[in-house]
Amino acid sequence: MSAITLSHGSGGTQTNQLINDVFFKYFSNDILNQMNDAAHLAIDFKKLAFTTDSFVVNPLFFKGGNIGKLAVCGTVNDLAVSGAKPLYLTCAFIIEEGFSMADLEIIVKTMAEEAENSGVKIVAGDTKVVEKGNVDGVYINTSGIGGIYEDVNINCANAKPGDVIIVNGTIGDHGMTIICERNNFGFEGDLSSDCASLNTLVDRMLEVYNGIHVIRDATRGGVASVLNEISDSSNVSIVLEENLLPIKEEVKGAAEMLGFDPLYIANEGKLCAFVPEAQAQQVLLAMRTHPLGRNAAIIGRVTNEIGKKVYMNTIVGGKRLVDRPSGILLPRIC
Amino acid sequence: MTIKRYFIVVNGIVQGVGFRPFVYNLANSFDLKGNVHNNSDGVHIDVEGHKETISKFLQRIEHNPPPLARIEKISIREEIVKNYSFFEIIESKKTFDIITLISPDIAICKDCEEDIKSSTNRRSGYAFTNCTNCGPRFSIIKALPYDREKTTMNEFKMCKKCARDYSDPTNRRFHAQPNACQDCGPELWVEDNEGNRLEIKNPISFVQNKLADGKIFAIKGLGGYNLVCDGGNEAAIQTLRALKRRPFKPLAVMMKNVETIKKHCKVTELEEELLTGIRMPIIILDQKQTYDLPRVIAPNQKTLGVMLPYTPLHSLLFSDKLETLIMTSANVNGLPIEYTDSAARKSLSGIVDYFLTHDREIYMPIDDSVLRVVEEKQTIIRRARGFAPEPFKALNMRDILACGPTMKNTFCISKDGFLFLSQFNGDLENLETFEHYKNNIERYKELFSFSPKVIAHDLHPEYLSTKYALDYDLPKIAVQHHHAHIVSCMFENDLERKVIGVCFDGTGYGTDGKIWGGEFMVCDRKEFTRVGHLDYVKMPGGEKAIKEPWRMAVSYLYKALGTREDCGRLFELYGEAAEKLTKFLDSNINCPQTSSIGRLFDAVSHIIGITDKVTYEGQAAIELEALSDIEIQEAYSYNIIKQDMYIIELYKMIKEVIIDKFDGVSTKIMASKFQNAIVNLSVSMCTYLRRDTGINEVALSGGVFQNPYLLKKISQNLKKEGFEVYTHTHLPSNDSGLAIGQIIIANSIIGND
Ligand SMILES: [Fe+3]
Ligand SMILES: [Mg+2]
Ligand SMILES: [Zn+2]
Ligand SMILES: [Zn+2]
Repeated sequence: MSAITLSHGSGGTQTNQLINDVFFKYFSNDILNQMNDAAHLAIDFKKLAFTTDSFVVNPLFFKGGNIGKLAVCGTVNDLAVSGAKPLYLTCAFIIEEGFSMADLEIIVKTMAEEAENSGVKIVAGDTKVVEKGNVDGVYINTSGIGGIYEDVNINCANAKPGDVIIVNGTIGDHGMTIICERNNFGFEGDLSSDCASLNTLVDRMLEVYNGIHVIRDATRGGVASVLNEISDSSNVSIVLEENLLPIKEEVKGAAEMLGFDPLYIANEGKLCAFVPEAQAQQVLLAMRTHPLGRNAAIIGRVTNEIGKKVYMNTIVGGKRLVDRPSGILLPRIC
Repeated sequence: MTIKRYFIVVNGIVQGVGFRPFVYNLANSFDLKGNVHNNSDGVHIDVEGHKETISKFLQRIEHNPPPLARIEKISIREEIVKNYSFFEIIESKKTFDIITLISPDIAICKDCEEDIKSSTNRRSGYAFTNCTNCGPRFSIIKALPYDREKTTMNEFKMCKKCARDYSDPTNRRFHAQPNACQDCGPELWVEDNEGNRLEIKNPISFVQNKLADGKIFAIKGLGGYNLVCDGGNEAAIQTLRALKRRPFKPLAVMMKNVETIKKHCKVTELEEELLTGIRMPIIILDQKQTYDLPRVIAPNQKTLGVMLPYTPLHSLLFSDKLETLIMTSANVNGLPIEYTDSAARKSLSGIVDYFLTHDREIYMPIDDSVLRVVEEKQTIIRRARGFAPEPFKALNMRDILACGPTMKNTFCISKDGFLFLSQFNGDLENLETFEHYKNNIERYKELFSFSPKVIAHDLHPEYLSTKYALDYDLPKIAVQHHHAHIVSCMFENDLERKVIGVCFDGTGYGTDGKIWGGEFMVCDRKEFTRVGHLDYVKMPGGEKAIKEPWRMAVSYLYKALGTREDCGRLFELYGEAAEKLTKFLDSNINCPQTSSIGRLFDAVSHIIGITDKVTYEGQAAIELEALSDIEIQEAYSYNIIKQDMYIIELYKMIKEVIIDKFDGVSTKIMASKFQNAIVNLSVSMCTYLRRDTGINEVALSGGVFQNPYLLKKISQNLKKEGFEVYTHTHLPSNDSGLAIGQIIIANSIIGND
């Protein structure tokens, strides 16, 4: 039984076998094991956070993680950065006929490890198998429920002039790794995805100061797109300092080669926090005591300039607009 | 003989240019009677005398008006004789309304120069001397009508003597709004680089001494601050380059007089005329054998950008020992020119040794204009001081704002039958320049009482000027970049009917989402059909491929040679990086396709071995052109394929270049053979297109036509084939002329709705 066949998704014995031999083997927990049509959850929080995300990354395995790790971290992070304690996840797999059983097992095992690591339980799941060519290997959807901390109010619209913007480490690692590995450019070097669950880091930040205005994970579209969204929602301008942006040399090099700007490249383990100036140092130092915040850095601040613009003081001198990503990179200069 | 009386109205730039005293003196010299006054619709002349005398008088007005006047129209009607007993200048009518025409800033005139150089004149050595024939205009006007109260000279009250000059119709300073002298006008002083004013009796001689010592000054000039140092002092120039972060781009110099210029550069009659005329722009001149200025001024160039002292302040800086000054706009790395004292102090204090400044405020910042004479015809590279806001006439225009391109931006507004093309605003690459651009648009709106009804903009979705345009809640018209280039050329050559447009350019967004720039089109002022272009090649890394020509070189080589295996010798040239780049090219990630001639120039100049890294726009093309020899006739091959349009392939040429390169052929020959190929393919294409369409008129536009080699040879060879060839004279062929094309096309599109 080395490859997934269509009968693994037909609902018959093969399906059961797959669920028992792979999914239950790793995900097993008290709620999942009840095998109800729906998971019954007892939750001690007044307000819940609920989110969903689908993962379609190519390649499925990359330095620093795989699609399974990504599927857990992505949803855990969405809960964590909204000020919630991640509690339960569901996951749904859409698998291509012929997909390697061994690879599937690695993916599931990784998901279980990452769930354990971030303290969430996978409480429900689904598996579908589709004909060869209809998906690319495997797609995973995860949804997650978290309990919102009562004394915390994190919201995209809360950024205030004077806020200091902190990231928890180097930017662009994930996106750059994926692009380079996908294409075998030969300049991958030490590139590695930053894929990680950020909830324990967020906990540590909120422990030292629970009044943080905004926290967002900077996934698709990178730091630039998150900052633009926040500037819009909060009706403020944002100024970044290019010389303060933490970027790994290998990311810088690859981005240079490809003509990309690390500010626009996806991350899977990075957040931007907007902290009032008075508490910024305190939060920054706390972040640095956490393994995922060792390279935390202040990269800019919120201003009261009109026009809701995000811009950057550049190293060569002058201010550059950091616009919303448009999706296509088109040369403008003559 | 009987006396007749005529009432004459003269329209155009006739106010604030000494027109009334001119008429007054002319009438008196002919012994005519009557009066003259300014009115909202122009200058009104009421004149009596013999018919023949009056017609001579009129001829003189028409053919020899004051130097700054530009007459648009003279209308005459006969009136009943009043028997005036003398000729006088009478009060302007109080109905005085908005005058739409504002004079550009005018270079110092011969008479004023004499005044400041003569030790007996009361304006001797005075840096802000001017008269009706010269001096600041556009840069100091805050509002219209143009009188002193509405300029930044309103701070200064004229002394008795100046007031007398101002109100005497026979005086050269009659109604010269910025008229002043050292007793009443702006004052000049020196500050150290921390902004402390130095107590110096004679700031000019202090500056001269320090310049001679190799010090660097920020000097507040007419339209902004300049960075200045001794043009003979290599070390000082190197320092200035480092401070300005401008390693290679040629620097402009200002020279004491034409004689000094002629020591270093060839000066033709037309070039001398332009150098010494009322605008005094920077002229790009060919260096002479005897050129002996430091090479760091214009590295890898056979030319030099030179201008004459165009204000009294500049004129005073020169001496027997100081004949050449580096005079470059005071900004760092692409930021807008500094023009306010506070901002200049802030951004330049760490850069310069001293400031030479004054208390006449600059209201409208404006850079120096740059011209070059090609084939005994002027071409404008940068249209700013001395030109803007002099309008172009265009009838039946709606009120349109054309937002212009993102690089080398100018914008354009249409009002009352005129197109006002803004001064050069620079590259909208940073927030500062973008703000500067938006401010200037607001100032034009205010100054010309203009509110647009329609917005025209480039098709490129990522131009900041496009994003600016899209914020207007008004009808908008997107114009294709190269169509706008060709129509700007059609406009200045009065062409209405369909032409063959040859647009050789750097970057422009095409209707297929690709980057165009080697385009043949058949177009009129409203529509275009793309009929041919250079075959598309990939730009690995997008804008990175523009800044690093080796990428375009590898892209062309890879496409020409086909497979990685065939690129064996190519990898010898480029090493490991080339192989990585070919993988990158295969991936198609951030590899936009382009038909740009600018990119072809980058590629070839890199393969030939001229340009390694581009530090200023067009560097590869400029350096390649500088190396070539127009006498060489040999050319590389090209291939034109007819599909649904003509596709020009240059892969054979690329192979020939490599063969020449490995054979050790000189760069001069390679550079010339390459440009000759462009010339030949242009002529072939135009011949095919004439055969297909019957059109014999060819308009040449686009930034690449700043290359005199191509401009000369392509026009000459097309003319030899019987084509009518139209090129630019009053508008830049580069993107800073684009807004005119945008406005004309937008107007044609609305017009037919
Ligand atoms: Fe252009
Ligand atoms: Mg998400
Ligand atoms: Zn004068
Ligand atoms: Zn005076």
